Amino acid sequence: MTIGRRRFTRRHDRRRLLVSWLALPAAAFAALLVGAGMLVALGADPITGYRALLDGAFGSPGALTDTAIKAVPLVLVGVGICIAFRANVLNIGGEGQLVMGGLASTGLVLALPDLPGPLLVPLVLLAGAVGGAIWGAIAGSLKAYLNVNEILSTIMLNIVAVQIMNYLLAGPLVDKEFSGFSLIPQTRRLSPNADLPVLVQGTKLHAGVVVAVLAAVLAYVLLWRTGLGFRLRAVGLSRDASSYAGMPVRRTITLALTLSGAMAGLAGAVLVFGSASHRMVTDGTATGFTGSAGFNGIVAALFGGLNPLWTIASAFVFGGLLVGGNAMQIAVQVPTALIVALNGLLVVFVVSIEHLRRRYRVQLGSPATVPIASGGGEDAERPGIPVREGAEE
Amino acid sequence: MSKFFTLTVLTATVASGIRLATPFLLASLGETIGQRSGLLNLGVDGIMLLGAFGAYYTVLETQNIWLAVLVGAAVGLVMGLVTAVVNVTLKAEQGISGIGVFLFGLGLSDLLFQKLVGTPVPIQTFPTVEVPLLSSIPTLGSMFFRANLMVYLAFLLVPVLAFVLSRTTYGTNVTAVGENPAAADSVGVSVARIRYSTAALGSTLAGVAGAALALQLGIFQQNLTQGQGFIAVALVYFGAWRPVGVLAGSLLYGMVASTVLTWKTLGVIPQSASDLAAMAPAVLTVLALVAVARRFRQPDALAKPYERGG
Amino acid sequence: MNDTMRRWGRLVAVLAALTIVAAACGDDDTAGEDGTGATGATTTGGTGATGTTSAEPLQVALIAPSATNDLAFTQSMFDALNALKDSENLEISVSDNLFVVDDAASAIRNYASQGYDLVIAHGSQFGGTVEQIAAEFPEVSFAWGTAGDTFGQPNVYAYQAASDQGGYVQGVLAAGLTESKVIGVVGPIEVGDAKLYVDGFKVGVEATDPSIDVRVNYTGSFSDVGLASEAARSFVAADADAMTGTAQMVVGAIGVATENDIAWFGTQANQTSLGPSVVVASQVYHWEVVLTEIIDGIRGGTLGGESFTIDLANGGEVIEYNPDYPLPADVKAAGDEAIAGITDGTITTGVSE
Repeated sequence: MTIGRRRFTRRHDRRRLLVSWLALPAAAFAALLVGAGMLVALGADPITGYRALLDGAFGSPGALTDTAIKAVPLVLVGVGICIAFRANVLNIGGEGQLVMGGLASTGLVLALPDLPGPLLVPLVLLAGAVGGAIWGAIAGSLKAYLNVNEILSTIMLNIVAVQIMNYLLAGPLVDKEFSGFSLIPQTRRLSPNADLPVLVQGTKLHAGVVVAVLAAVLAYVLLWRTGLGFRLRAVGLSRDASSYAGMPVRRTITLALTLSGAMAGLAGAVLVFGSASHRMVTDGTATGFTGSAGFNGIVAALFGGLNPLWTIASAFVFGGLLVGGNAMQIAVQVPTALIVALNGLLVVFVVSIEHLRRRYRVQLGSPATVPIASGGGEDAERPGIPVREGAEE
Repeated sequence: MSKFFTLTVLTATVASGIRLATPFLLASLGETIGQRSGLLNLGVDGIMLLGAFGAYYTVLETQNIWLAVLVGAAVGLVMGLVTAVVNVTLKAEQGISGIGVFLFGLGLSDLLFQKLVGTPVPIQTFPTVEVPLLSSIPTLGSMFFRANLMVYLAFLLVPVLAFVLSRTTYGTNVTAVGENPAAADSVGVSVARIRYSTAALGSTLAGVAGAALALQLGIFQQNLTQGQGFIAVALVYFGAWRPVGVLAGSLLYGMVASTVLTWKTLGVIPQSASDLAAMAPAVLTVLALVAVARRFRQPDALAKPYERGG
Repeated sequence: MNDTMRRWGRLVAVLAALTIVAAACGDDDTAGEDGTGATGATTTGGTGATGTTSAEPLQVALIAPSATNDLAFTQSMFDALNALKDSENLEISVSDNLFVVDDAASAIRNYASQGYDLVIAHGSQFGGTVEQIAAEFPEVSFAWGTAGDTFGQPNVYAYQAASDQGGYVQGVLAAGLTESKVIGVVGPIEVGDAKLYVDGFKVGVEATDPSIDVRVNYTGSFSDVGLASEAARSFVAADADAMTGTAQMVVGAIGVATENDIAWFGTQANQTSLGPSVVVASQVYHWEVVLTEIIDGIRGGTLGGESFTIDLANGGEVIEYNPDYPLPADVKAAGDEAIAGITDGTITTGVSE
């Protein structure tokens, strides 16, 4: 408007730019500061600790390999979450789908151990995907056809999956040749033909990384370049409008959870066949097998703006946090519980600053940043979690 | 199996089911309040754990159970205000912030436990309170009216909450904010204030639920809740955002779990089927919902941050 | 460039910057660089043929699948190590809650590459990974359990517990004490150490009085305290007047036992403090018996190749009675007889042999 006003706006613009640039690192820094406080309270040296964290996550080729491997299930689960959440289906069942994928692939290899590698490995991955897909499909069809809320069904199905795992690993699938006095709920060392091939000789970097990246790319293509993807997103934005437009809403919803489960199941197969031990083992809980990948994948996906390609990056960072956290624990000898709490803190701080950052971007007038999630109910069934803007390319 | 249908066994099973259900019933009621106003809190488990440890530690140091419950509530309140700041003022993605709170609560409770307590020390548990007159009713008296005060509290909360949500101005405001915050805002209801209050209330109940768990069991351990917070969230959907429905779901889950335990003890369930039987509560809860599937509508504004003019 | 890209580009840039700073400030060591005071001994650790004297501290790392205060599997090893800390001159590092094999493998490798003398992988699922890593670090000694296989490698020790033996004795004691002839057993999942103990317990009860009804309830979880508590209550309702159980979740069951004045028999750790009025005895794992052999072996130049068992005979398993529990003399005598019988081989449980 007036010249004075424009000058005022420019100063504000500069400040907004600064804030939006610094917000994220500042939030992370704040969380790490609180973490440092906790470390000091425990008598540990924060500098040593954080240095070990960075070193352990990114400080050497070995560390980067560990981080990449840790990130693989996060990427896969995250990609599945992108698909599901974009269709407005809140898949909290990652843990159970991981388990079922692991079981399916393990069962396949126990049944057909002598198939040659080039045949067995893809089959293993397929089996994992199918196992997870079935588990997702159950929740998906319950939602689509019987109106059973997916948060309820996926949480319950997680519990069921764990008990199936406990039963199978302690019973039919157990390693009968274990050298101890009595058997533990673990399979035997699975056929080496099913080992995920190593990408770089002499390292641990296995083909799971390729699978993850491929899956992310395919999911991106699916969501933004195919008819199915369009339907998924449309249903996610407005179930009623899509229905009026003649889309097969129920089938789409079921498919959303099925695909999401397939991704998680694939991750489960990778966890078993890319692991150091090449066996499947349980401690009676889901986390003993998954390492919480089912939940961490959700965080990775949401930090990636529900965009499969950016999920790769956020999963890598999160994986680094996890790997680095363990290294930090070893270096300063604090209980691992502190690392868990620190991860939680980081997630909360970073997610808190997100909106502020986004709002400043809007006020700067960046293109394509109008938030889709506005209050109010134009549609009868709006997304449970707001879909990210800026992900439409 | 005939042994199961003796009065003593049935009574014990029902009482056990109610006891098992109480912690996640309390937490689920709290989450219901929050969700009715549009807030999705996936961090309930973490808040329960912090409340549980707070209560446990208080009893260790002061031997005062009721102070411990208060501490649990206070911890919940603090966490509630924190989640309110994060979700309401800072408008964070509620799905992620919830998982962050869960991880934080899980880690911090365990850390404090390891550093402040070390090897677990048992604490006193809730005394059983017999309701005068009612507890002398044969069978039913022992089933329902000989429990600890947390159980009574949880049960009493159900009609109270139902009343508040449907018959008070506050309750109407809560529902309005959850359905259409813009409209509520336009008639002068402060969306932020309502959501702060529901977050605080909901988390306080989660903290109390954690305290109830620790004080019922008389001990603390790493990850004491074993995912009960998530069951609590799931039950909100089962109950269609109504306290009575939540009660029904909690009781169903608890009763199936206690029945499975009893049948294992009686030998009705052979050891080989032990794991499969353990999934019964989850399966039956889903089946039950399928059986009574109605067209539930979740609060329209659930998990969507509100911004005036946004 | 869109929003998300910018956001992550910035985060990666920040982290990269921090890494560069860290690398610049730090040493030139590869990943696994640590800040503990223990590194000073790197050059002297990892004995070859010469061996170290006990004047130099032995660096021991413990990788455990659960918490060090679980009053069960992990705590038994943790306590044993600490008990030997002064007498054997140990410097101990611990990484807890590493059930997932890949995470544990990272930690094992980390400690090994730092030059620790002994790395204990305390979990039956760690076998494959120990086999791999031990081959890469021939100068580090690895111990793992509970298991019996040392893979034919010269730097791998294995250890396990014949917990059925103590279970047998506990069964004898419980059988002697019970008046209602109903005994309850709270178990996690029917595998491993838990199964060994419970099976031994059942044999012990049977050998004393076959008319006693032993009810076993495997709850399906190692850590669900609430379930264990309610399982114990279901035993109370079934008239049990003696109970036992295994795994870290039994703390819940012991509480119920205390409330209802039911005799409790513990395992893996001394559980008297959890129920001073009801705990009769506990089968305590004294891994020190095995650890001293391993440590002496390492100091003498032998880094592995042997598999150990703790049992009643070698003092690795000890039935520790609760001095405040009024145990009738004849029951105690029966217990002592059972211990003696197992020790000299006249009694066999039939479970671990």
